[in-house]
Amino acid sequence: MTDNDMLFDYLLRLGDNSLILGQRLAEWCGHAPMLEEDLALTNIGLDLLGQARMFLSYAGEVEGKGRDEDRLAYFRDTKDWRNLLLLEQPNGDFAATMARQFFFDSFQYLQFEALARSSDERLAGIAAKSLKETTYHRRHSTDWIIRLGDGTDESHEKMQRAIDAIWGYLPEMFDMDAVDDAMVADGIGVDVTALRTAWDGYVNDVLAEATLIRPEDSWSVRGSRDGKHSEHLGYILAEMQFLPRAYPDAKW
Amino acid sequence: MSKETTNELPLYEVFIRSKNGLDHKHVGSLHAADAEMALTAARDVYTRRSEGVSIWVVKSTDIVASSPEDRGSFYEPSDDKLYRHPTFFDLPDEVGHM
Repeated sequence: MTDNDMLFDYLLRLGDNSLILGQRLAEWCGHAPMLEEDLALTNIGLDLLGQARMFLSYAGEVEGKGRDEDRLAYFRDTKDWRNLLLLEQPNGDFAATMARQFFFDSFQYLQFEALARSSDERLAGIAAKSLKETTYHRRHSTDWIIRLGDGTDESHEKMQRAIDAIWGYLPEMFDMDAVDDAMVADGIGVDVTALRTAWDGYVNDVLAEATLIRPEDSWSVRGSRDGKHSEHLGYILAEMQFLPRAYPDAKW
Repeated sequence: MSKETTNELPLYEVFIRSKNGLDHKHVGSLHAADAEMALTAARDVYTRRSEGVSIWVVKSTDIVASSPEDRGSFYEPSDDKLYRHPTFFDLPDEVGHM
């Protein structure tokens, strides 16, 4: 891989994370437990879509093969997607959605904070802009983890179950491969292993306040950096990509 | 009735200040678990198009409102007290519109 290929891959990871999670949140539209959350989840989903557009546009330019954001979003198959497995997991109930959101928000907050100091000015700019949105996302999901964890017996039990079910998807956030190493060496990317302590501290504080138990690190699933995904991504893409693939020149 | 309302999250009234220097104005209400969550929900429901720079939320039950029956004793006595309006002063032309 050339440096350029690596930067392209790195940008895809960032863009795909935002896009797939945004697509998942869009599924709540019209289905959230209350109107206030319907708006909150779709707002957050739209923030993520906006982030994805910036990352993927940049990725397309870096690649230099004439692919724009839409081309990258709508005409790649599962093996070419680089989003974390965590983010393609089904919404489940509201607790499951909030668990997925909380752990990712608290990671993404730290990642964007570091990425805003990237030597790549364009990337730093996107991260600085996105950090403001993610600061709010983290506040929103943190609030819910605490309210549901330290709520009724039923909400506590559902929240704990949701955290246990998703726990093994979290270690992948802190993985580093050759692309990450090269990006860190160039001062472009973030050393995610260095975020671990701050992430642990924040998550532990919130879980304690929510009276939830941090699960044991007994299992983990990974593969996104090599394009190995869970079965769920294919269904997401089928829905998301149907229209542009069926009507490639459609305008709306 | 009572059973249903206890299962719902409490209602909050939302007030938004659209610009520095202006007053907070009532914009609507929403349901939330507590005041902090009401604030974030208000941000999502009422400020999506840059409507505000500051939000207040108040529990609806904490608002004490006058009732329509009070209209006679509350407001009508002032109807015939024109001298409470500052309309008996001559304004110099230079003041312009006040």
